[in-house]
Amino acid sequence: MSQTTTKMRKPRRNWRGWIFVGPFLFFFLIVFVAPLLYAIYLSFFQPKMVWGVSQGEQFVGLDNYIRLFGDSNFWSGVIGVGLFLLIQVPIMLFISMYLALAIDSGRIWGANFFRVSVFLPYAIPAVVATLMWGFMYGTRYGVMSEVNNLLGTSIDFFSPSLIWVGIGNIVTWEFIGYNMLIFYSALKTIPGSLYEAAEIDGAGEWSIIKAIKLPAIRGSMMIAVIFSIIGSFQLFNEPNVLQQMSGNTITTYFTPNFYAFHLAFEANNPSYSATLAIVMGLITVAVAYIVQLWGAKGGVK
Amino acid sequence: MSAPTMRRSALRKSPGVRPRKSIIFTVLTALFMIYALIPLVWLVISATKTQADYVSTFGFAFGDSFALFDNIKATFEYRNGIFGRWFLNTVMYVVVGAGGATLLAVLGGYGLAKYKFPGRRGVIAIVMGAIAVPSTALTVPLFLMFSKMGIVNTPWAVIIPCLITPFGFYLMWVFAAEAVPDELLEAARVDGSSELNTFFRISLPLLAPGIVTVALFAIVATWNNYFLPLIMLTSEEWKPLTTGLNDIKLQTYSAAGGANPLQNVIVTGSLLTIIPLIIAFLFLQRYWQSGLSAGSVKE
Repeated sequence: MSQTTTKMRKPRRNWRGWIFVGPFLFFFLIVFVAPLLYAIYLSFFQPKMVWGVSQGEQFVGLDNYIRLFGDSNFWSGVIGVGLFLLIQVPIMLFISMYLALAIDSGRIWGANFFRVSVFLPYAIPAVVATLMWGFMYGTRYGVMSEVNNLLGTSIDFFSPSLIWVGIGNIVTWEFIGYNMLIFYSALKTIPGSLYEAAEIDGAGEWSIIKAIKLPAIRGSMMIAVIFSIIGSFQLFNEPNVLQQMSGNTITTYFTPNFYAFHLAFEANNPSYSATLAIVMGLITVAVAYIVQLWGAKGGVK
Repeated sequence: MSAPTMRRSALRKSPGVRPRKSIIFTVLTALFMIYALIPLVWLVISATKTQADYVSTFGFAFGDSFALFDNIKATFEYRNGIFGRWFLNTVMYVVVGAGGATLLAVLGGYGLAKYKFPGRRGVIAIVMGAIAVPSTALTVPLFLMFSKMGIVNTPWAVIIPCLITPFGFYLMWVFAAEAVPDELLEAARVDGSSELNTFFRISLPLLAPGIVTVALFAIVATWNNYFLPLIMLTSEEWKPLTTGLNDIKLQTYSAAGGANPLQNVIVTGSLLTIIPLIIAFLFLQRYWQSGLSAGSVKE
């Protein structure tokens, strides 16, 4: 390349950047863009059955979408994860925020040890986490059976009324530390001069939290909320692993992702499953977007 | 972002007076620590029990005999040593999948940070959009696509999707923008160094802390991957540990209707599955935090 332009401050605009970005983009197109387009394509088709024999795919327009909007199994899954989201996410994030503030405050002993221990579950696979909790929930040999004997109760996290509580506990356990570390990292970026200024003003602990620390973690709070929404709407691993352990409590349409899995692999209806994946993706993006707008207006303090 | 964050935390605020320690807050925080550790304690204790002790003794008490080594042996002998095979599969997926993902993310993020090229804005737009798209939503369509291509039930069906981490890409972009000064690259160009040569000899060492962070997240994501291999693989021989463990569980539950003759294998297998990650986790502590402060994003 010519030597005359090398003195320019800004990098030159040319194709060389593609040497670096090209490989990533190639696989990105295969793994993200192609399945998305393929799912959209599939959602307009249905397996054509004649006398119970598959005759290939048939264009059906928006039929899959219309069917999905009237599918009570789908909506019961959406409502399930929606309620789960409204209850579990605030509890989890509140605990995470408490832990981040406590560990950052300098007012507790062994802060580093606590930080490492609470974050540890993030490294545990969801399958192992669910197996551990699931075995402990067991009312025959599990820890729960001993707790019930001790207290004279009959708490069963596998019963239909408590299964969501059991799953909520597992998810909370998995992600408290992760979210704590996000908040803690944000607190660490507060410049020391702000604290000195607050000290000179004679600000107390609570006013420092309110005026300095909470505003500092607002951005991370938004991110944690949005990713918790995505995670909740996609809930699959925990109920999937618990399914056999809990008897008949977990249905084939327990969560939307569960239903998509069932439709594609057990009911042999990939195009309907693809339709569900698209609609769920749109719902997730829409909810995340609304939350973001709300956060930008100052809804999250 | 993470490089300056780490530097800043080194000269961290030092309030004139050290805050008084609080017993209440320490106890409250300790309760959450106990909550976080309790299942792991249960797992370690349970892995030392025989099947008989497992059923008859209290979950947090040791059994009558110490059977950890027998259990490890039983786990590796289960179905002609399939557990060892799963373990090696997981290692292979991590090396190829997470290794490839790190390489692609580092190259891509660096290219995005340090070069102006046609289509750059387009790349940013679609990749940032992809961070918000839940990747599990794409897994079923991806399976249908791969099955048309004839690669389901082969390791490629697991490896290829693992190669892309939009989060790692974003992290490297942010990191490279600050860690590699433009002046250094200009100087290398004046000296006649080629772009790739400059990347490997000058930029790569500067990017090292960011690379470790990206690799760490990619390794955990790949090691813990469940939904993807569950969908893509049906034959035993290519499964990773996560879906393999679930298979043992399925087998015992369908066989004994809840009464579980293979609990010791599942429990010990679970323990063996998490030990490598816990070790990596404890030794690479600081990289977690720098990654989270830079990205504050989870996959």
